[in-house]
Amino acid sequence: MSETIKVPTMAEYMAQGKQPEVLFWVGCAGSFDDRAKKITKAFVKLLNQAKVDFAVLGTEESCTGDPAKRSGNEFLFQMQAVTNIEVLNAYEVKKIVTACPHCFNTIKNEYPELGGNYEVMHHTQFLKSLLEEGRLTIEGGQFKGKRITFHDPCYLGRANNVFEAPRDLIQKLEAELVEMKKCRQNGLCCGAGGAQMFKEPEKGNKDVNVERTEQALDAKPEIIAAGCPFCNTMMTDGIKAKEKEEDVAVMDIAELIANAKEL
Amino acid sequence: MEYLPNICFAIALVLGIGYFAKNVKKLTRNIKLGQDVDVSDNKSQRWRNMVRIALGQGKMVKRPIAGVLHIIVYIGFIIINIEILEIVIDGLVGTHRIGLKVLPISIYGFLIGAFEVLAVLVFVAVTVFWIRRNIIKLQRFWKSEMTSWPKNDANYILYFEMVLMTLFLIMNATDVHFQEINTGNIFSQYIASWFSGLPELQLHGIERTAWWLHILGILVFLNYLYFSKHLHILLAFPNTFYAKLEPKGQLNNLDAVTKEVKMMMDPNVDPFAAPAEGTAAEMPAKFGASDVQDLSWLQLLNAYTCTECGRCTSECPANQTGKKLSPRKIMMDTRDRLEEVGKNIDANKGEFKADGKQLLDDYITREELWACTTCNACVEACPVSIDPLSIILDMRRYLVMEQSAAPVELNNMMTNIENNGAPWPYNQMDRLNWKNE
Repeated sequence: MSETIKVPTMAEYMAQGKQPEVLFWVGCAGSFDDRAKKITKAFVKLLNQAKVDFAVLGTEESCTGDPAKRSGNEFLFQMQAVTNIEVLNAYEVKKIVTACPHCFNTIKNEYPELGGNYEVMHHTQFLKSLLEEGRLTIEGGQFKGKRITFHDPCYLGRANNVFEAPRDLIQKLEAELVEMKKCRQNGLCCGAGGAQMFKEPEKGNKDVNVERTEQALDAKPEIIAAGCPFCNTMMTDGIKAKEKEEDVAVMDIAELIANAKEL
Repeated sequence: MEYLPNICFAIALVLGIGYFAKNVKKLTRNIKLGQDVDVSDNKSQRWRNMVRIALGQGKMVKRPIAGVLHIIVYIGFIIINIEILEIVIDGLVGTHRIGLKVLPISIYGFLIGAFEVLAVLVFVAVTVFWIRRNIIKLQRFWKSEMTSWPKNDANYILYFEMVLMTLFLIMNATDVHFQEINTGNIFSQYIASWFSGLPELQLHGIERTAWWLHILGILVFLNYLYFSKHLHILLAFPNTFYAKLEPKGQLNNLDAVTKEVKMMMDPNVDPFAAPAEGTAAEMPAKFGASDVQDLSWLQLLNAYTCTECGRCTSECPANQTGKKLSPRKIMMDTRDRLEEVGKNIDANKGEFKADGKQLLDDYITREELWACTTCNACVEACPVSIDPLSIILDMRRYLVMEQSAAPVELNNMMTNIENNGAPWPYNQMDRLNWKNE
């Protein structure tokens, strides 16, 4: 499938003396996690189809520092931030899109004070703007009439008040958007934030992702839509724990749109 | 002898307000033990937040039953307190219902009538609160941090309000002259019938007793605030005013760290140079927080503002899944430790003497701190804009930057980021491999 995707780097653009319209910040999960890489590719296919002039940093990209900061390691966070900002500023990056709400939040909110000022968009916001500009069309395809529920990533929703872009996209798929009891501002965390992704949970009587998956299953969806690679992992694990893999799929919004278009 | 009641009243008033003022001073001193933080920006937005969230109870109604009941008590509290003005004037001057002399009867009747309606509504609302807490036993009121004092405190407040409202109605009901005018006695006229048949002298005695107990009760309640979660009725206002304005996901960047990082990244800096005059003093004593003095005054104000409603805890993913973390407990612990530090300072002539204790470990355990997902559900849930997450983060910062005491897996994650720019042990040079897979 790799033959169809075009992923230019900033270095290549620079060599040609050109500036892309937007930088796609892939993030660590999107670069290395097997599940998240599929999201990355789906998003790139959409960018390619919409003929978006984008580039990635490739090997020049490094962790934003989000999990370090939220673990309390402010030194490591700021070292990462300053290094990334140096790279981004050297390429004179103005606009960044990312499929990871953690990267989105960190670059958008925590980098400016350290010298990194960019227009930052989550990929659902970016896809929506492509749609509005008529550069991308969305059809229902295989998702027409399907019951889809959206799990709000904390760092997109509550943390940055982005609630509608992902939902608008789901509705464009002509799917039936069903809400969980806890959604939008009140959405329950998947359990991965604050660097929990990288450690075993403290002792309790349940895992957070199982609790959230149960809430999602209460909405009787055929698909749980996610907008964050970490939420995606946690919800997928939750579905496995509930032995519902046969009935319910966990998919990123970019994947839904790309699959509907049979890209 | 004629002036004895007036003198007694004045003494009660001075003692009541004086002791409260003394405690307010102590409260301010304690809050100022916190680190400085600049919140002088965006005044207009801050005023709007205060008006919407504190004055307008904007976030209370997110839970409609508790929200509406609370609004009743809140409005009742503010409006009925207008009556105190009359009581104070009467008490000091020796008049009786001065309002009747200076206001047209219709207006006076309307005011007292409104007070009576509200008093009954408050009584009902408070009773429902009591039932929710003690009979229905709503989960959030029965978490592990809600035993002993916090549990009793909540009930004492409800009893106080019930008694004060009852005294107000009895005071009106047994006021023969007021009942004769028959205006504004919307509810007290029915209570008056319970007392019918009593001789006027005895009625007067009951009326005076109710009047005195009512005003003394209010003064006692005023002084109870400092020791109680009920302090929120005052502090909700500054707390919502000074609350964070940035997006919830934006956690503060530590300036002290920025300075160090900039220095490390600057090739022109001589690492062996003697520090310039005065720079040593600029460095903080420690990174992050292990005790209340390391927190900001805003975080300490947060702690005093907390009314222990538990909305934060009931929304917390860690708490919902049985972990020890409870954002409410973080706030309660911070206040308890701050009080302890304050008492220590009082006992040691204005200076804090190390007591071998701190907020970390002695109050808040590491297990609680590491259970947080930083999801901001607690911040969103708080009806008075308290930010428990900021305290959790500052304490994690202390654990990691001062003690290198992160859980092993997190240390591995951080080592990975340091070495190869990702939380997992993948080579940075492989970052674009997905393209060809």
